[in-house]
Amino acid sequence: MREEPAPVIELRRTGFRLSGGRALLSEINLSVGRGETLVLLGRSGSGKTTLLKLINRLLDPTDGEVLVEGRATAEWDAIQLRRRIGYVIQETGLFPHFTIERNVAVVPRLEGWPDDRIRSRVVEMMRLVGLPPEEFAHRRPHELSGGQRQRAGVARALAADPPVLLMDEPFGALDPETRLELQREFRSLSRSLGKTIVFVTHDVREALRVGSRIALLEEGRLVAVYSAREFKNASEPQIQRFIAAGSDGDGGFFTDSFEGE
Amino acid sequence: MEFLTYILHNSDRVFRLTIEHLELVGISIFAATVIGIPLGVAASRNTTLKRWSLAFANVAQTVPSLALFGFLIPATGIGARTAVIALALYALLPILQNTCVGIAGVDRSVIEAARGMGMTARQMLWQVELPLATGVILAGLRVAAVTSVGVATIAAAVGAGGLGTFIFQGLTMVNNNVILAGAVPAAILAILADAGFGWIERRLTAAFGIV
Repeated sequence: MREEPAPVIELRRTGFRLSGGRALLSEINLSVGRGETLVLLGRSGSGKTTLLKLINRLLDPTDGEVLVEGRATAEWDAIQLRRRIGYVIQETGLFPHFTIERNVAVVPRLEGWPDDRIRSRVVEMMRLVGLPPEEFAHRRPHELSGGQRQRAGVARALAADPPVLLMDEPFGALDPETRLELQREFRSLSRSLGKTIVFVTHDVREALRVGSRIALLEEGRLVAVYSAREFKNASEPQIQRFIAAGSDGDGGFFTDSFEGE
Repeated sequence: MEFLTYILHNSDRVFRLTIEHLELVGISIFAATVIGIPLGVAASRNTTLKRWSLAFANVAQTVPSLALFGFLIPATGIGARTAVIALALYALLPILQNTCVGIAGVDRSVIEAARGMGMTARQMLWQVELPLATGVILAGLRVAAVTSVGVATIAAAVGAGGLGTFIFQGLTMVNNNVILAGAVPAAILAILADAGFGWIERRLTAAFGIV
């Protein structure tokens, strides 16, 4: 058998229970390889956000373990770990009192980069996500549209060049057209950057558009993991239900995925 | 407008008592701020501390001001020291409460993003929570200062001086002009304190870009 490269993120029989005893996640076995985009697909309450927070140690697993770059998160210093992991959330969480420029610069600043390096990196990142710095550097988050804010959120997450990126329904609050546009750009961006990405969504179409692999979660358990190509034809009834719900009343379901681009 | 003549004839004394009044208010607000803001920050991280400190500040605020002065006299005697302690206790609640409310009011997604990016608790406090809570904290300071200017007129009753001296003197002399010589400048001070803190509030929130 071919030697598999060591996964960047690995969950081993991972579980998370609330202090009251209710299990949000149980017995999750999952690994994410370098440079791939793994989508965690599931309905709200399926545990996908919880799983994401176990990776950057916003939560600690109550069972099993989570390994990042071969080391259990419990052994990582939480602050060090988080600075190596970009984090993008639906509400963006941009700092309202900072300009876009300062928002993007947050992690490099925390890491103590010299000023000129921060400046050039911020310019580079803003261009990368399609926010020309001449126009946007000195604006504040409230002066941006939802799509532009989300772009700024991505730029901020990428600024310190982390090897891993966690994205929690990043395009969930956007109008359908903007969402499609950002998904398209994200797809080409993720291919060119070679980051290891875990992407959470409840939208099966989004999962098929952005993911290289898709993991379906249901009630805190992992149903199955398939490559994006195999997922559509998977036999599991849960997956079939998801696919059916996603194509409801919309003939363009498969044609608007970006295959072959 | 007879009292204006009285004020002009006694301008030295009006000036001296106004300065005294400002000292009483200034020192007590300073003390309440230095205690109230750090206590509020600590309380916003610890629910037990929050409950107890707010309960204490609430009680201090609820006791009628003259009674509060009365309670303190056996312990700290007659004079400015007693007045400053009482005024500071009075000012504690709005400052403490607004610090707690201001920090609790910071958008949860902003806090989550800050933690997720690897900010330490200290970095979050100084770079995110305090700047975003500034408007609310300053509003508390403003309330504290305005209240304090008013309550400080009673300080004269415990021999702490200030503009209340005129008021109590006028009451015993049954002379309205003397009463007004204390009451009018005190009212003006209160309005100025309100306007001044309002201005600082607007300037700082604009500087932090909070809308």
